[in-house]
Amino acid sequence: MALLQISEPGQAPDPHQRRVAIGIDLGTTHSLVAAVRNGVAECLPDAQGRVILPSAVRYLAGDRRQIGHDALAARAEDPTNTITSVKRLMGRGAADIAHREAMPYRLSDAGGMLKVLTVAGEKSPVEVSAEILATLRYRAEDTFDDDALHGAVITVPAYFDEGQRQATKDAAQLAGLNVLRLISEPTAAAIAYGLDNASEGVYAVYDLGGGTFDISILRLAQGVFEVIATGGDSALGGDDYDHVLAGLALERLGRQARTDNDRAALLVAARAAKEALSDATSATFAARLANEDVRVDLSRDDFEAATKALTERTIVAVRKALRDARLTTEDLQGTVLVGGATRMPQVRAAVAAFFGRAPLTDLNPDEVVALGAAIQADQLAGNGGADDLLLLDVIPLSLGIETMGGLVERIVPRNQTIPTAMAQDFTTYQDGQTALALHVVQGERDLVADCRSLARFTLRGIPPMAAGAARVRVTFTVDADGLLSVAAREQGSGVEASVAVKPSYGLSDDQIATMLQDSFATAQQDMRSRALVEARVDAERMLIATRGALDADGDLLEAGERGAVERLLEALDVARADSTDAAAIEAATKALADGTEAFAAQRMNRGIARALAGRKLESL
Amino acid sequence: MNLNDTDFELFGVPATFAQERPALDARWKDLQREAHPDRFAAQGPAAQRLAMQWSVRINEAYQRLKDPVRRAAYLCELHGAPVDAERNTAMPPAFLMQQMEWREALDEAESPEAVTRLREEVDAGRASALSSLGALIDGQGDHPAAAQQVRALMFIERFAQDVEDRADRLGQ
Repeated sequence: MALLQISEPGQAPDPHQRRVAIGIDLGTTHSLVAAVRNGVAECLPDAQGRVILPSAVRYLAGDRRQIGHDALAARAEDPTNTITSVKRLMGRGAADIAHREAMPYRLSDAGGMLKVLTVAGEKSPVEVSAEILATLRYRAEDTFDDDALHGAVITVPAYFDEGQRQATKDAAQLAGLNVLRLISEPTAAAIAYGLDNASEGVYAVYDLGGGTFDISILRLAQGVFEVIATGGDSALGGDDYDHVLAGLALERLGRQARTDNDRAALLVAARAAKEALSDATSATFAARLANEDVRVDLSRDDFEAATKALTERTIVAVRKALRDARLTTEDLQGTVLVGGATRMPQVRAAVAAFFGRAPLTDLNPDEVVALGAAIQADQLAGNGGADDLLLLDVIPLSLGIETMGGLVERIVPRNQTIPTAMAQDFTTYQDGQTALALHVVQGERDLVADCRSLARFTLRGIPPMAAGAARVRVTFTVDADGLLSVAAREQGSGVEASVAVKPSYGLSDDQIATMLQDSFATAQQDMRSRALVEARVDAERMLIATRGALDADGDLLEAGERGAVERLLEALDVARADSTDAAAIEAATKALADGTEAFAAQRMNRGIARALAGRKLESL
Repeated sequence: MNLNDTDFELFGVPATFAQERPALDARWKDLQREAHPDRFAAQGPAAQRLAMQWSVRINEAYQRLKDPVRRAAYLCELHGAPVDAERNTAMPPAFLMQQMEWREALDEAESPEAVTRLREEVDAGRASALSSLGALIDGQGDHPAAAQQVRALMFIERFAQDVEDRADRLGQ
């Protein structure tokens, strides 16, 4: 006789109610996708069993493209159409890019973000990144045999600024992903490590990737991951070691790189030699330059001497982050190494010397970020238990407003825990001034010219007053993804203006809509069925959440109120099951959301009160 | 419990200058466990908006409570003696003299050791100002005098920041 199954109270009995959410590490040199399956986070392999997807996209004539291993293999033969390390261009203008002359492809900077000129036309870094993200999305969908992923957590370097974060989110949107949260790479790594080792205390995560360097100081306690301080350099990584090594080899060979093919071949050879030097004390640098095979032996000592300044730059950032955290190396329980570039012995030695202890390296430095992102995605999808984790992250760079004389007035200081809202009052400069031009900037320098410009907007309709009499309150709100919106309000008259910060290098919503229409293989039919699937998933999510809320806190509602909620639930249930019109289902979802807003507020109050009561009982 | 409660009410701690930092840290995390937007990721935009408001409010209170100078300024304001640093810049002559000496020392500090010495001196100055602040607020209930002391501490903090900036430039 078959035994009947009984589920544990509070746990989803139906496996179909378990929502599939993925974590994606969108890296400079390679990208990965991971998910929690049967309670364990694991990286998802492609059909050939490989988990790593090289972050390379090759554009071919006739609207074809290769992504990943195939693209990377073609890098030396077709350098101008094969885009690697595109992450270094995300949210960046011409002035920001180092080694531009050494890049084998042609860039156009007709204002805004740089674009790459390919045989298939101009490609923005956002589009190129979207190709990589979409490839990982398909991989996940194939793995789970599921046509609707609940959503994704995507990692960004902790030191990414507003423009770079927004560009990453735009790319995910373009790839058809529902972004549950952007989280920083070191934090993701800490989750993977912390949960594995049940660690408590303060840790430093040193993350040297292909193109970015991050240092984060985190405190771990009872499942709470609190970022205390973060720092880094969003244009420093393993790629820079490749460039130095390539330069060293050219010098030894007494040669120059004259063509795009030469430049691409040099970088491929440099990367291979760098990797060989991690295991051996000397290696042969071999490349084909100007149709001639060249080779030269390089020693690890030469390589380390040539790149000492790069390694030293990371240690300067580490020191600064520790000082921001008001901690010393003695306060730390351990150091975690993340990123493929931390395989270089000189990096490990420098980190060990600075912290006075050997770093933790027991998780694969390539996979650890994706694994942490998958764990967080699983939580955000509502699959977690009661002992779940909480991330309290910070913004990496200060946010401010331009004031008279091109100076920056900081409104949100760096390392502020998010979400946050901070305000400051400003006033008018001239008698009778009726408008105020607001320029939002990000950075640590005092002069606007040295900071990154994020947005400009104007507050109009201020009643004419004497100079200095108006009181304009400017409020910066940073959400849990680290994305900023700014509002200004003149206190006397109540006139207001606001802007959701779309940095100058980001894409406008119109541009994204256009790209979505033109984009990869997303035919109209696809779009429509996808919209319907998404509407049903959203409806399902809302139904489960509301029923759960009624079970937990239904006593907060009067009988009449409860009846109204039940009717909205019923209406949505019917729409979801019967309708093939995405808009109708969305409308019913919205009606339920609107109809339960007051209930949600009451529940939140109860939650806060409970948190306080819990503490008080405990401290009695 | 509502968004307009004082920081002290929100955190369920006495409205005094003296606070236990570990207790504040623990309460901050407990409150965020309840209110953080990540807790409501699957519950629609209305819940997200509310969670965001609460989470922001909790972070605001925590920032103010954990920083002794801001906490003191907040207590002065709650007791009708706002610090009002922009308009009220008069300081005792002895204090101004010391500030000038520190500024000169900073201008002349060219070595990491000199910066470290200055930092220690500033830290000691801050510690003694903070302890007198505790006596003024919790002991004597003299909020106008405390507000004056807060203004002095704001000078000290700004100077401490300049010391850190110099340390940065010296690559310490």
